[in-house]
Amino acid sequence: MLLLAPLFGIATLVAAGAALQALIVGDVISRYVVPPPSDVFAAFERIIVEEHVPARFLLTSAETFAAGVLILAVGVPIGFWLYHSQLLRRAFEPWVAAWAAAPLVLAYPLFLVLFGRSSVTIVIMGFAAGVAPVILKTVEGLVATRAVLIDVGRSLRLTQGQMFRKILFPAAMPAVFTGLRLGLTFSLINIVGVEFLINLGGLGQLINELAERYDLPGTYAAIGFVLLASVVFFAAMERIERWLQRAHG
Amino acid sequence: MAATRSRLIAALILMAAWQALASSGLLFRDVVPSLWRIVAAIAITLGTPAFYANLGVTAEEFVVAVALGGLAGACAGLLLGANRFLAAAYERWVHYLAPVPKIIFFPALLLAFGAGEGSKIAIGAISCFFPVAISVASGVRGVRRVLLQVGHSFRATIWQMAMKIYLPAVREPLLNGLRLGFGVAAIGVLLAETKLSKAGLGFLVMDAYRRFDMPGMYALLILVVLLVAAVNAAVNACLSRHGRA
Repeated sequence: MLLLAPLFGIATLVAAGAALQALIVGDVISRYVVPPPSDVFAAFERIIVEEHVPARFLLTSAETFAAGVLILAVGVPIGFWLYHSQLLRRAFEPWVAAWAAAPLVLAYPLFLVLFGRSSVTIVIMGFAAGVAPVILKTVEGLVATRAVLIDVGRSLRLTQGQMFRKILFPAAMPAVFTGLRLGLTFSLINIVGVEFLINLGGLGQLINELAERYDLPGTYAAIGFVLLASVVFFAAMERIERWLQRAHG
Repeated sequence: MAATRSRLIAALILMAAWQALASSGLLFRDVVPSLWRIVAAIAITLGTPAFYANLGVTAEEFVVAVALGGLAGACAGLLLGANRFLAAAYERWVHYLAPVPKIIFFPALLLAFGAGEGSKIAIGAISCFFPVAISVASGVRGVRRVLLQVGHSFRATIWQMAMKIYLPAVREPLLNGLRLGFGVAAIGVLLAETKLSKAGLGFLVMDAYRRFDMPGMYALLILVVLLVAAVNAAVNACLSRHGRA
């Protein structure tokens, strides 16, 4: 019975769509407020071809990738730096945690003034939203490194660089990846959100643009496309993380 | 004590770095105003009646959003946690939709609920729904079997099981979910206000941006962050007093 449950879930979604279609066709719900699902499905092909969805998808992906590279390049060294000095960790870790919890996306008008209305602002906002989890998880992973591994490194007289490359970083890698997954999730949420809010860039802008043109089926199709892309992204990140955790025992 | 001192010193270092950047002339002084101008702007903002009027609008939207989203999330969480078939059918979708940026639904909500408070409440409620539902569902699965068996042996109805057994047992996950829900609901409401509104703190931030009143914008952002942190701290205090009792 439980094996049929996922099919039941999909079937109820299809049934809800059909009921919505019937209500709209029967003029119970205005088609000027909610477009019929059939129109939304038909709009998918149109927006992919006419609104250059693949190019927009690539742009949002490139912005997320750039933010991800920045997050790793800045977050991991800061995490390592905080791990090395207990004084610095005590002083700055609570502020990094506060940074992680702060509603940074609200500061997008400030980032617009600081960096201008360009992709740079979007990438910086993605970076600002995603760097704190990587710092915190890097520290957590490094602190949890088994003492015996560090002792082995010391007895082999490894330099600080060798110790990091050969022992600390591999041991902390699953935690760093968890941080990166969280960071990229926050980053993507912010990037798509800011694209929508400032009407610039890839997929987020597409929704805003179609909504401003009052192209309702197109707007709903674009929302559906962003949902689909987000779900695929988050599912892939989760699987990679699980695989990494298994690989590290 | 040493930890508090280290944190304070770190805060002082960060503030000194900001002040040095503001005084350096490297950046346009209106873009990075001095700390004194920001403090003065905070004082001015706090002395303006318009701030409290807009705070009231945002607070009202936020409270209604959390009430609606939290209630719907708690009901959905109870159903998903208590029924394995429903969990297998729908929980995966809830997990996948949870991290999606909810602001993308704003155009659809604008049409459905209008440009006033309704669309802001709706986006806040949707944002709050997911963390509460996920937290409650996992909490229900952790309810001790013996409690459920007691309920069954007393022939409790579904409503009695929900009110007398599941709800008290999932108090802590519910409060934890609400704590997460508060944050995302606040962000949802405020972002929607920055996009299209005539009132609220998000509207004030955009108003300061349009007038290029940078100290005013910094002041508002600091006050918003402090308000969200204060709500979060109050919920945490409530959680430690009641949830873990």
